[in-house]
Amino acid sequence: MGCIESLKYEIILRDASFAECREYIRSGCKEYVDVDPGFKIFDKHIIGIPPISIGFDGDVITFPFTKPCYGTFLMKVEDHDEAERIRKSASGKKK
Amino acid sequence: MDPSENHLRNREKGFLQKMTSDHENKEKTAVLVLGCPQVPIQTGIALYLISALRKKGIRTVIAGNRAARSLVEVSDPERHYVGEVMDIDRYISEIAEKKRDFGFHFIFIHNDAGVSYAATVQAITGKTVVALIYGEHFQEIAGMITFPCEKIAAKAVHNPMPLKNKLDEVLPWVVSNL
Repeated sequence: MGCIESLKYEIILRDASFAECREYIRSGCKEYVDVDPGFKIFDKHIIGIPPISIGFDGDVITFPFTKPCYGTFLMKVEDHDEAERIRKSASGKKK
Repeated sequence: MDPSENHLRNREKGFLQKMTSDHENKEKTAVLVLGCPQVPIQTGIALYLISALRKKGIRTVIAGNRAARSLVEVSDPERHYVGEVMDIDRYISEIAEKKRDFGFHFIFIHNDAGVSYAATVQAITGKTVVALIYGEHFQEIAGMITFPCEKIAAKAVHNPMPLKNKLDEVLPWVVSNL
């Protein structure tokens, strides 16, 4: 996910399980949507065990990011346009 | 019989024969999705699996990160076994966008990230993926997989033989049933 690596991001959890990421997002973010694996975020396909939750606090997007050698990170990135796009295009459960 | 009816039947028969022939001639392909190469057996098992699949007439493609790909390529410099090699993100992108389709998806798993990749491939393709599960914590990792999946698991870290033996047992079934 070269694009994500070039963004200004904050890492919330390192080496986390998908259940931990989902729980953190659902309980800690003001809004969330569920998406399927392969859903595009920052122009890359998201990797994970469904359902994958993506959280929002205004324009701040919280989402899991998986790399083969480093496991799964939970990250925060602020991006108004991408947050709006995800809100509109995600068809899964929403809070 | 009306000559025009006979002509239509022959055309229909020819069309069906062509469809069958196209189906039979379509080359079978498998993709081997490599994980982080920190567990030593991965490269050896990958080359062994490529060889076994080739004997069954299946062409293979390797997908992995740079280190995993390089290990495979350096291990087979004359490319006796290794064919097409691609970046793991490109592989995910191409199957998600329906640009590529593979008959078999063999996912190498020894950590949580491997399970995530297998779940992603299964969700995108809707196919039963084949999970090769190994490493020190193979049982714990296998227990994390709850989606439709054919599991081939063994405690293999440095010595590939336990996983190689499992592959020998189940590969003929996998190739003829998935």
